[in-house]
Amino acid sequence: MSTTTIANREVHVNDEGFMTEYDEWSEELAPHLAAAIGIAELTDDHWKAIRFLREDFVDQQETATLRRVTKVGGIPTKQLFTLFPKKPAKKMAYVAGLPKPRGCV
Amino acid sequence: MKRLLVLGAGTAGTMAVNKLRPLLPGDEWQITVVDSKPEHHYQPGYLFIPFGTYQPAEVVKPSAPLLTDGVELLIGDVDVVEAADSLVRLTDGTELPYDQLIIATGTHPRRDQTEGLDSDEYGRTIHDFYTLEGATALAGVLADWPGGRLVMNIAEMPIKCPVAPLEFMFLADSFFTDRGMRDKVELVYVTPLDGAFTKPVAAKHLGTMLATRDIALETDFMVMEVDGDARKIVSYDEREVPYDLLVTVPVNMGADFVERSGLGDELNHVEVDKFTFLSDDHDNIFALGDAANLPTSKAGSVAHFAVDVFIDNFMQHIAGRPMTHRFDGHANCFIESGAGKGLLIDFNYDVEPLPGKYPLPGIGPFSLLKETEANHWGKLMFKWTYWNMLLPGRDLPLPADMTMAGKIREEVPA
Repeated sequence: MSTTTIANREVHVNDEGFMTEYDEWSEELAPHLAAAIGIAELTDDHWKAIRFLREDFVDQQETATLRRVTKVGGIPTKQLFTLFPKKPAKKMAYVAGLPKPRGCV
Repeated sequence: MKRLLVLGAGTAGTMAVNKLRPLLPGDEWQITVVDSKPEHHYQPGYLFIPFGTYQPAEVVKPSAPLLTDGVELLIGDVDVVEAADSLVRLTDGTELPYDQLIIATGTHPRRDQTEGLDSDEYGRTIHDFYTLEGATALAGVLADWPGGRLVMNIAEMPIKCPVAPLEFMFLADSFFTDRGMRDKVELVYVTPLDGAFTKPVAAKHLGTMLATRDIALETDFMVMEVDGDARKIVSYDEREVPYDLLVTVPVNMGADFVERSGLGDELNHVEVDKFTFLSDDHDNIFALGDAANLPTSKAGSVAHFAVDVFIDNFMQHIAGRPMTHRFDGHANCFIESGAGKGLLIDFNYDVEPLPGKYPLPGIGPFSLLKETEANHWGKLMFKWTYWNMLLPGRDLPLPADMTMAGKIREEVPA
């Protein structure tokens, strides 16, 4: 566990760069996190996914899987791949300041 | 008279009732098990059927004789659990009130969850080996397959026995080599994961094993559709993998009644506490085995270790005492690697599979994350152990909790 500076703010991250403290994240950080993984602009559709992830995490205490974002959050999987290319589950979690989703056990 | 109702006479359900029956006084507790079919399948055996190593009849036994005396077996389909009334309703209208409920209905492959998978080509150029019918049909095809491009595709995690698709590929390599036609077969492993397996150290070892066998690895592939006419699978990010023979591991989901009863997550796995298996919302509902949404592998070994922990907790729970035992997510899986060898992995919620020896540190006889003949014999012997030791609820000399003794820490460069 170490810290890094994003948008002049010091935050805790793990060795893969995922933020580890839920409350250190705020919406101003998201565009900077997105830029770091090659997403130049966050559209309303991006925000819909990010906000779903943030709210769902409070409830579930874990990051939503792709299937959950689709089924519960109502965003089609295909669209998630367009918004967060190649690795949407990981990328969404990264931008939303949440741990990488498990799902892989 | 109180009733313990168990849904599912699979590995977890059978073990649980066979261990609980002697502990629950016969004049106080009735135990009823409901299953949709009267047979019990040794699911680890499915893997060997496509290659002709096991015949279908070897992995099936009638369920009733596997249940200890004093356990009632009903054959029927669950319609819904009415948790507020502690009542289970079957599709034929039967009402089964309960005092305690254990849901052990497993997780099952669902071809309907992937577009194009449930097509006319199923059983011809599209196969699975997670059902007895699928594995048997595949055996018929492989017996005289002329060769070509065989693609293994995992639709989505989690799946039960997550090592089985890898084992299938290792065994396929061995099978085609033995038949002198390996040069006519291209083997391709297509996974939604970012490597051969879920955890870094094991992924590195298993990834190397794919490479040395000339099995191609396509990662981060989330299948969107199967195009049975063009014989290709297409991912959400529009990659295409062509095949001559597709072996698929469809999306695995828990029983539909779990969703109808409002007890499940988005894959119909019952939401329970990962240490005690007690439902998040109901104080008299537990889920055991693959049916539960535990963050560990869905596998018989997990069910076995979990049931060991569960029994003591359950007895405390019905006595109105707090449950003091906590499951650590222990899993222990033999991995067939072909040519008469195998590996073994041993891990839990917190510790990934590591190299070393098991169960005795430094001695074994089994080697962790390493191909040996002893591991292969361990796997084959397990069928006997399953029917004769595990299901009857006899104690195996293996502790339920994982131990670090005998394991070697290993770093994987990021």
